[in-house]
Amino acid sequence: MTTELTVGFLPLVDACLPILAAEHGFAEDEGIALRLVKDMSWATVLDRLLYGHSDAAHMVAPLAIATTLGRGRPAQPLAVPFVLGLNGNAVTLRPELAKAVRPGGGIGEPAAVGAALKRIADRRKAEAEPLRFGVVHRYSSHNYMLRYWLAACGIRPDADVEISTVPPPFCADALAQGEVDGICVGEPWNSVAVEQGAGEIVLATAQIWRRGVEKVLALREPVLDAKREAIERLLRALCRAAAHFVDPENFERNAAILARAEYIDGDPVLIRRAISDRMLVAKGGELVHYPDFMFQYREAATFPWVSQAEWLYTQMVRWDGTPFDAQEAARAARVFRPDVYRSALAGTGEPLPGASSKVEGSLAERTVVGAQQGSIILEPNRFFDGMVFDPEQIESYVKALG
Amino acid sequence: MRVAVIDESASRAAVIREGLSTVDDCEVFVLTERRGLIARIAQIEPDIVLMDLGNPSRDVLEEYFAVSRALDRPIAMFVDESDDESIVASVEAGVSSYVVNGLAPQRIRPILDLAVTRFNAFSRLQRDLADAKGKLAEREIVDKAKRILMDSRGLPEPKAYAELRSTAMNQGKRIAEIAEAIVTAHRLMGGT
Repeated sequence: MTTELTVGFLPLVDACLPILAAEHGFAEDEGIALRLVKDMSWATVLDRLLYGHSDAAHMVAPLAIATTLGRGRPAQPLAVPFVLGLNGNAVTLRPELAKAVRPGGGIGEPAAVGAALKRIADRRKAEAEPLRFGVVHRYSSHNYMLRYWLAACGIRPDADVEISTVPPPFCADALAQGEVDGICVGEPWNSVAVEQGAGEIVLATAQIWRRGVEKVLALREPVLDAKREAIERLLRALCRAAAHFVDPENFERNAAILARAEYIDGDPVLIRRAISDRMLVAKGGELVHYPDFMFQYREAATFPWVSQAEWLYTQMVRWDGTPFDAQEAARAARVFRPDVYRSALAGTGEPLPGASSKVEGSLAERTVVGAQQGSIILEPNRFFDGMVFDPEQIESYVKALG
Repeated sequence: MRVAVIDESASRAAVIREGLSTVDDCEVFVLTERRGLIARIAQIEPDIVLMDLGNPSRDVLEEYFAVSRALDRPIAMFVDESDDESIVASVEAGVSSYVVNGLAPQRIRPILDLAVTRFNAFSRLQRDLADAKGKLAEREIVDKAKRILMDSRGLPEPKAYAELRSTAMNQGKRIAEIAEAIVTAHRLMGGT
């Protein structure tokens, strides 16, 4: 029996898994007729999800938690049984600023770029012309990664620089017009800015947190309960799409699919770069290969670690300026649903971690971890400043962030 | 009451404005430009904002509302948190609304209903227009095919049309499809 499921998405490279699950027949193999609905803002993706136009959505991870906690709108419990990918974003600055903060060219080093940026940020603040940054949404990993990096480099977001929302398709234009000095956005929008000569990439977000949670598959909790069995089939299809997506054999074909008008409606050359972890950091420069720029498959990348939801909650408290609340933290943690992931993938060849939480940022080298199924070796997952997030000590982590 | 209509489609915005002009005590501001959107909104200080769901600037506007909430009065999204039915109607029609100044629901309701009606009417209009355009293109291609048959086989016009129609019926296709096949074949054979 075929079940129809509707999934909302924004035209970004990391909407790849649902798109490829539909295009390559992985969903069909699982008895799912996948209908994809493209929108142009996260607000609309969320509206469709909350009012029943879609069953599930490609979503910036913090927004799923914010919606559950009722930040910005009435609370509606969402569930995340699957992570659609880690990282895949970059920080792009106006060319003259980029050259000033990483004089060597190429991709920068987060602490060094941050130190150089701090000197400029201080000067600009003193001139009453503070540096301005654009992020794609206030509840986005882009916002949290950018703020994490700036703050760790001694640049206080909100106090020393301005950060506002710029929709991804307008990022290049906003840089070119001088509306912002820098952006933190997903692909292909950094590359579009580079191609237009409006910006240069200075960092990949994977350099800020080597294994940072990015987009998720979000559903309304009651929908997950009502359609649980079909959703589990969808998760298996998404996992197969992930394996297909990371195979270099398929880069060309998948880039061509994602580039189509009904999906990203972009340049297949730029999309192929992103999915093969390559970046053209400056117009006319050389391609830089940065491994794991996007991260969709290895190390059970799509597993919804509860500790990642909890880390996002710490950043929400930090930047919304609200007090830490243990009950809220528990509600945020429950948004990520490793139980559903496990149940969907049990009996397949996919590895399943033994634990549902981990100490984020603690691994400096390859480490074998306990697995319920298959074997898992986790590679380094550090934050660039060396801080470690222990989900047993959430409140003291929030205090340490200051 | 000040209503801001944000829509990148100037013609749809005009249709909404026209509709709102019938509502008493309602001043309408239309914004179709992305640049400077927030500055304009801050200047206008609307009580209600209507915005199309396809507008990429929705996230920007929501951020502005969220951030300025500390200074301003609270912002209710849509009519009422519990008024699911009208929200669903809005989403179906493709319009979102933000009530900025906590107006009473009985004042907001007619505006929202009107926006939904006008958005739906506009989509219908566009569908009709697309249909009409399609029909026009079909008629042109049928005329072309007729002329090819008339020239190449020396048929009078009614006979050429009858030929097209009977072929379409025999093959279970539409006349326009047969006509298109004839025009394409003619082009491939070097005709113009």
